[in-house]
Amino acid sequence: MSLLSLTNMQTQIGEYHVLHDVSFDVSEGGVFVLLGRNGAGKTTTLRSIMNMWTPSKGSVKFRGKDISQMHTSDIARMGVAFVPEDMGIFGGLTVEENLVLATASGSFDPQRLERILELFPALKIFWNKQAMKLSGGQKQMLSVARAIIEPRDLILIDEPTKGLAPAIISGMRDAFAEIAQNTTILLVEQNLPFALSLGRDMAVIDDGHVVHTGSMKAFAEDNELQNTLLGLA
Amino acid sequence: MEKTNGNLLVKGTVFLVWAILLFAPFLFQDVRSTEVAARILVFIVLVSSYDLLIGYTGIVSFAHTMFFGLGAYGTAIALKTMGPSWSAVILGALIGLGISLVIALAVGLLSLRVKAIFFAMITLAVASVALVMASQLSGLTGGEDGITYRPPSIFKPAAKLLTDENGKVLRIFGVKMNGKIAAYYFVFFSSLILFCVMLRLVVSPIGSVLKAIRENEARAEAIGYRVVAYRTLVFCAAAAFASLIGSVYAVWLKYTGPDTVLSFAIMIDILLMVVIGGMGTMWGAVIGVVMMTLAQYYLRDLMGVVADATHNLPIVPELFDPDRWLLWLGLCFILLVYFFPTGIAGRLMAKGEPA
Repeated sequence: MSLLSLTNMQTQIGEYHVLHDVSFDVSEGGVFVLLGRNGAGKTTTLRSIMNMWTPSKGSVKFRGKDISQMHTSDIARMGVAFVPEDMGIFGGLTVEENLVLATASGSFDPQRLERILELFPALKIFWNKQAMKLSGGQKQMLSVARAIIEPRDLILIDEPTKGLAPAIISGMRDAFAEIAQNTTILLVEQNLPFALSLGRDMAVIDDGHVVHTGSMKAFAEDNELQNTLLGLA
Repeated sequence: MEKTNGNLLVKGTVFLVWAILLFAPFLFQDVRSTEVAARILVFIVLVSSYDLLIGYTGIVSFAHTMFFGLGAYGTAIALKTMGPSWSAVILGALIGLGISLVIALAVGLLSLRVKAIFFAMITLAVASVALVMASQLSGLTGGEDGITYRPPSIFKPAAKLLTDENGKVLRIFGVKMNGKIAAYYFVFFSSLILFCVMLRLVVSPIGSVLKAIRENEARAEAIGYRVVAYRTLVFCAAAAFASLIGSVYAVWLKYTGPDTVLSFAIMIDILLMVVIGGMGTMWGAVIGVVMMTLAQYYLRDLMGVVADATHNLPIVPELFDPDRWLLWLGLCFILLVYFFPTGIAGRLMAKGEPA
């Protein structure tokens, strides 16, 4: 059974029909990458999974259970973490408070926290600082750290490399590779080299439709497919 | 939060205020000062509990005096009907608390989903109904005249807490150890305990959740917090604190009427105090209450002194005529809001933080 299974999901935002037919299965473990041009519906797909936009048709199954009508907070409590494009952190709260909020019990697992702070040492330095004072890269680290502060079954990450310096991106890739050993990541990404180096399976969305699914390895080797689907060289 | 100068200044001031309040009956030995001190104690809890709503969660409610009034009327009616006893105080406070919680839960669940402005209007409507009911159900509430009653015997002015060898009331530093002093310390410790419970609440993880919700509801939901549930919870908690301190105030005043516990003038005082002090800090509430209460009680006297001292000058004594105190109070508000847009505590605590 797949961890996450979308079947003919459609989503409307106001009068705009954004997603027409989104179907793909994410199996357990590793990184599943969602590719597509700007405005293709990648972010809307993630938000629909979290029911931040309610899908109008089709089903969203998580471990076989339809979650398409569940409350966003309940989906999060089931073990689905969301790292939105704008990072979704609370600027007025400290780094520590941001992380505490993402724990179910209000306290940290010390070993897990220590490993996370090794992955993202900047968070340790700014532990008691307000999150709004962090740089863009540090905010992204905080947002990812928040998603993995407790074991999750699925982490949805929306364009984590956007606007980050190459050195930070490389660190981020290593962190994701390590995280993906113990959990499943559904990654939306425009940075093709980044996506290629991490992904195991992938899907391409165009104009609200899933136009291709398959293994990342096959996609990486097929330049022609990349050209037709993404319009890239 | 950083331990910074502004932070320390605010917390030090608040600590000093509590210390002065603790010794107030000894420091200022006149009836009016004790009345002012007790009113400050009651309003500290009332305004801090309102800060839980407006400052920590971003909920604007106009029904806060209603909960205050429910606690006060519950205790007043129980004391009137059952006679002066502790069981009447406790039963009345519990009934007031129960009714407050039921109304808060109903209003919260039914209407905290709507936009802030509609919620504010709904609370305004509910509070108006409560005010009308208090004045119309005169058999129960005494109508516009309110209710007078006797407090439990230990709080009667003639009660002797401590006696000397002749059986007379003992004086410590010239202060009679009678029922009045017992009543003051009843108000003091009730207020201190309730304030500490609220402080504990806002530094707990729930406090962080509330701040997160205030900042961004959708983000709070995305990490697993049901916003409506938390808002309803905090609305009920604030109502409970207001109701309990209302009961305490009823015992202190020995009188409960619409003007002392229910009127919209009190609601406006609460709003002004929380804005002047600084929202979302708890400490700010204390500062706002003290400044505003002192101004309300003593600005007139102060202006009288200034007018007398300047009676030889032209115009000046006219300007400082004690009858013009409201004009000056209003001017003070405008200046405060202009120079301290985030309130006194908000401004000072933010200033100390390194950028």
